[in-house]
Amino acid sequence: MEYFELGHISLAIGFILIIVGFWGLLTQKNIIKIIIAFSILDTGINISIVSLGYVVGKTAPIIDNSVAQLENHNVVNSIVDPVPQALVLTAIVIGFGVTALMLAYAMKLFTAKKTLEINKFNDLKW
Amino acid sequence: MLRNILIAIVLAVFAYMFYNVYSAYEARTELTGIAQHFAQNGATEVGAPNLVTAIVVTYRGFDTLGEVTILFLTASIIAFFLKLKDEEKETKILHRDTSELLVTASQVLIPIMFMFGIYVFINGHLTPGGGFQGGAIIATGVALMIMANPNIQINQTVIHWVESISGVSFVLIGILGIVLAGGFLDNKIFGENSLGEFGTLFSAGAIPIIYSLVGLKVGAEISNILNKYQKSQKEL
Amino acid sequence: MNKEIVFIGIAIILGIVSIVLALIAIHNKKLSVAVIAAGVVSLFASVLYLLMAAPDVAMTEAAIGSGLSTLIFFYVLNKIKRTNA
Repeated sequence: MEYFELGHISLAIGFILIIVGFWGLLTQKNIIKIIIAFSILDTGINISIVSLGYVVGKTAPIIDNSVAQLENHNVVNSIVDPVPQALVLTAIVIGFGVTALMLAYAMKLFTAKKTLEINKFNDLKW
Repeated sequence: MLRNILIAIVLAVFAYMFYNVYSAYEARTELTGIAQHFAQNGATEVGAPNLVTAIVVTYRGFDTLGEVTILFLTASIIAFFLKLKDEEKETKILHRDTSELLVTASQVLIPIMFMFGIYVFINGHLTPGGGFQGGAIIATGVALMIMANPNIQINQTVIHWVESISGVSFVLIGILGIVLAGGFLDNKIFGENSLGEFGTLFSAGAIPIIYSLVGLKVGAEISNILNKYQKSQKEL
Repeated sequence: MNKEIVFIGIAIILGIVSIVLALIAIHNKKLSVAVIAAGVVSLFASVLYLLMAAPDVAMTEAAIGSGLSTLIFFYVLNKIKRTNA
């Protein structure tokens, strides 16, 4: 059981979700489906980043027991990596903002042309 | 047909790259690099038990400033796009009454949700939580308010003032950090040794103040986005 | 020793269910089913973050990814149906 740690499994889940999101992004014709595929892609990327910071068998990066835990210099040996978690915290909120903006554009496109297929929007073609 | 083959080639290239990264990954057993410095000196330099909060507000505070700017930009673009035209403002579509179960339950749940959101971002440096989580909980409370009464008129002036004052105060506290302490967004603005007792509510310098302002700003912006989406349902 | 095997088992089950739901979200013809499936993928990702000892990220993903994002999708679907019918 040494080969399959929790980090390996989460990394595989994240990568497969990224590939499923890309496949949906490239093949779907409905605008709402494309936006759903963006959301799945975003979730997959965040899972991959957090799983790269996992240290086997350690616990959450919150120093809660009291100052006694500090005096033994034991904090380094008992927490997971906190830096990827700080980066993913920002990325989730920005992903939500981008999804909300894309949906506003989709609503405006629908009121202009009454259809949701991207093949019908060919105003800019030669 | 050619399109399907090209899509398959792109996905195969991605799958090959991911497989290379996956097979070179070994499970880590110890902290290395800058995470070691944060873990050893984080509690004494910053004074917050929650290390992720210490990183987001103090060590990498500039990224938080950029993210607050991006949220502000998104909210203003959505407000610009979904603006009602002038002649449509007079025609009010009255939605039918929502069920009594929803109205009664929302009167009980909404104050609890607001109080929980404020608790989460005030205690952001002690327990898991912080500004972004608290702001999202407050925005969910506002969403429940909109769903229980679809004809509600949310006070736009209050939301605009809260958002602007929070943003400006965030930058002003950062500049106070340059004047009184080490650098931009340093949290020792109350003096060099005044970080307070480790683990109490009034500790860690300026971190509770900064995170509360970020929480209010995020909550106000997402409420504004939801309000614009609700108002745009009134167009025909 | 026992705790890690339970965690790895839960992670494998969550992973398989979330990949199947992601495929359903893209392949199904109805839009409301697809939106709910994407919301459930986000919810299972939040549980996965909790297994990997990241409580802040789990809270943020559950509140924003699974709650507010699905709500905004349903606002857009409502407006489309109202204009179409």
